[in-house]
Amino acid sequence: MATAVTTDPMLPRPYSVREVSKETPDTFTLRLEPESTANSTAFQPGQFSMLWVFGVGELPISISGDPALHDRLVYTVRSVGQATHSLVNQRVGSGLGVRGPFGAGWPAEAAKGRDVIIVAGGIGLAPLRPLIYHVLQNRKDYGRLVILYGGRSPRDLLYRKELTKWARNHETQVLVTVDYGGLAWRGHVGVVTTLFKYCRLQPGRSIAMVCGPEIMMRFVTRELETQGLSRDDIYLSMERNMKCAVGFCGHCQYGPHFICKDGPIFRYEQVRKLLEKYEL
Amino acid sequence: MAQRSQHVVGANQLGNLIEALLHEGYEVIGPRLRDGAIVYDNVESIEDLPAGWTDEQEPARYRLKRREDDALFGYAVGPQSWKNHLHPAEVRLWSAERQGGTFRILNNETKPQRRHAFLGARACELAAIAIQDRVLLEDKYSDPIYNERRRGAFIIAVQCTQAAATCFCASMGTGPQVSDGFDLVLTELLGTKGHRFLVGAGSDRGAEILANLEAVAATEEDLQEAAAKVDAAARQQVRRIDSAGIKELLYDNFEHPRWENVADRCLTCANCTMVCPTCFCTSVEDATDITGDHAERWRRWDSCFTQNFSYIHGGSVRTSGKARYRQWMTHKLASWIDQFGSSGCVGCGRCITWCPVGIDITEEVRAIREGGGNGKP
Amino acid sequence: MENLERVIAEHPFFAGLDGGFTNLMVSCASNIRFKAGSYILREGDAANTFYLIREGKVAVEILAPQHKPIIVATLSVGEILGWSWLLPPFQWKFHARAVDDVRAIALDGKCLRTKCEENHDLGYEILKRFAQIVEQRLDATRLQLLDVYAVRR
Repeated sequence: MATAVTTDPMLPRPYSVREVSKETPDTFTLRLEPESTANSTAFQPGQFSMLWVFGVGELPISISGDPALHDRLVYTVRSVGQATHSLVNQRVGSGLGVRGPFGAGWPAEAAKGRDVIIVAGGIGLAPLRPLIYHVLQNRKDYGRLVILYGGRSPRDLLYRKELTKWARNHETQVLVTVDYGGLAWRGHVGVVTTLFKYCRLQPGRSIAMVCGPEIMMRFVTRELETQGLSRDDIYLSMERNMKCAVGFCGHCQYGPHFICKDGPIFRYEQVRKLLEKYEL
Repeated sequence: MAQRSQHVVGANQLGNLIEALLHEGYEVIGPRLRDGAIVYDNVESIEDLPAGWTDEQEPARYRLKRREDDALFGYAVGPQSWKNHLHPAEVRLWSAERQGGTFRILNNETKPQRRHAFLGARACELAAIAIQDRVLLEDKYSDPIYNERRRGAFIIAVQCTQAAATCFCASMGTGPQVSDGFDLVLTELLGTKGHRFLVGAGSDRGAEILANLEAVAATEEDLQEAAAKVDAAARQQVRRIDSAGIKELLYDNFEHPRWENVADRCLTCANCTMVCPTCFCTSVEDATDITGDHAERWRRWDSCFTQNFSYIHGGSVRTSGKARYRQWMTHKLASWIDQFGSSGCVGCGRCITWCPVGIDITEEVRAIREGGGNGKP
Repeated sequence: MENLERVIAEHPFFAGLDGGFTNLMVSCASNIRFKAGSYILREGDAANTFYLIREGKVAVEILAPQHKPIIVATLSVGEILGWSWLLPPFQWKFHARAVDDVRAIALDGKCLRTKCEENHDLGYEILKRFAQIVEQRLDATRLQLLDVYAVRR
């Protein structure tokens, strides 16, 4: 699935904010439309864009929308600082610059014919959602779909309506847990690794896609290995500081890898030894 | 590069060379004496060159000294490299203006007014340019700013006839012999036959410029004299890096105690990254004017030694000086090989000279190989 | 009883125990149900029974002043609830509440304790299995403590 980059990857293309919806108290989903039909919105699940707020700055944000919808680009952004704050406070009709898409996406081709195990933590579900859409729309090409999702607390969970909808799909298993429950929550309480015992994984048939805080990914990959998955069947999405997204600024280096162009998605075996190194 | 015939010119012909280049519309950048160092700046005539000066370099030490002769290129390398002109320290990428609710990009990146002619490029510097070509032009994306400057650049290489104490290009396989990547190559000869230059063309452009000079064919004696001088420069070098298995050596020694040792000395001042001819890291800055209707994006040099270089929400990944020095050295000597197919180091020794506490990369490699050891605090 | 025997014999926790021990477990076991909302065990009570959850979800929680009950973990199908019966002071440290209607097998911990003291081979086997559960819970708890999804400022 080749991605067409119609213009210079260094120049932002103008997009218009069409919708801002609140997912959680600090997380918002923005739907953008290109100003010009010449701007391609094609992307692969797992890729990211550099979103530019006029005169303020640029941020790498994973695309979280449906890759089959070509009239838009959708991003789920958590407000954690000044830059993300300005992004989530964009009003409908305002303009944002978009560069990209960049990066290596989730291995949707390699996953064909296999059980797709999605393990997400917190905002990590956002870059995985396009893959979920893709699998559900091409159901015959894939085996079981298992979605394991952990969040901080019930009100921090993303896409709750969709999770419920996906759970109703037969051949799709959705398990959700939170670190902190509260009385009204009748679901699982505990870290996302505790969900593995509730789904029978067939190691030879399974391919796992993991995204979340680095600590969570280390625990999850360990658990996946205990479940019998090979290191070449586990994929992670890594994150580092990014300025250019085209491999020139040097900031996103992780060992020998440039996360912007060699990643952000890596096979576990590629980064296994790097994950163990502190301050790499 | 096809072997072209070598010629000899009198030293004063260099004035004609500079003139010819200026006449062709080139901006000539060459060695100038300024602020106690030999830097690369505009050269208008042969009088601008640092005749009779040499440099004395040691870890954390750079001094200019008068020579006994009038050699024009009788020094090694200064704090700057051609990176300053090919990959400039500060450049505007583009500007944009608001239009209603949206904006329009005015793609008017700064172009240099004239093409540059680099006068006096050393073998290590040519190697560094080739390395930056690989990084900035020949990987997944290509940098149009570097490309524009690189395509237009006319390069006059100079064979080194002496080495500084901090040079180690011979052990890195990048010099002192110039092999290719130039339009003209000069070897300075100061002997009984007077002050002359051996000159060879490395391209058609070079041959055309050379045609402006009063040149005679080089004799076998001239060639041997030149070769001997370059050879002497190689043998003069006292420092070396043993590159055998260096990638595995550094990858496997992430927790080596030597990193703590160097961290006690390193100030994370980033001098090394600024003077290094292959370091390429940059950062971008967005700014608006007072009205907020006009925005610009600027690119400037950055260094992996800064606190915020590895910042992601919540904090930096490499907070300690130890982690940052280790990152720089491991990238330069090891990761670079996986990324770009060669070492990132050309053995120019600038990082040794310009480190205020004199950290010597060749010594650090040796210490890690030998397992421990103490640097002078 | 045959149903109980099969469930116990096939449960991974009891795997590897020889026939005699499994029979012993079965003789100390019984089926039990808890309605949603009811408490299966309470903090401070004597701990003499442990449970193998067959259906439903159980919340392990703690009641603290000025707080609503805090759920620290949930356990569900196939999991073992309770280990405080094995070691002194044989007292529950948390509450356990049935979130849904819960079906479980209750095992007589007091009886099993006595047997472990008499037969150290059995004791070692039981302790090994419980040590693994405690390790898993400890790892999970530590990860929970790290609060990895929180925003660091």
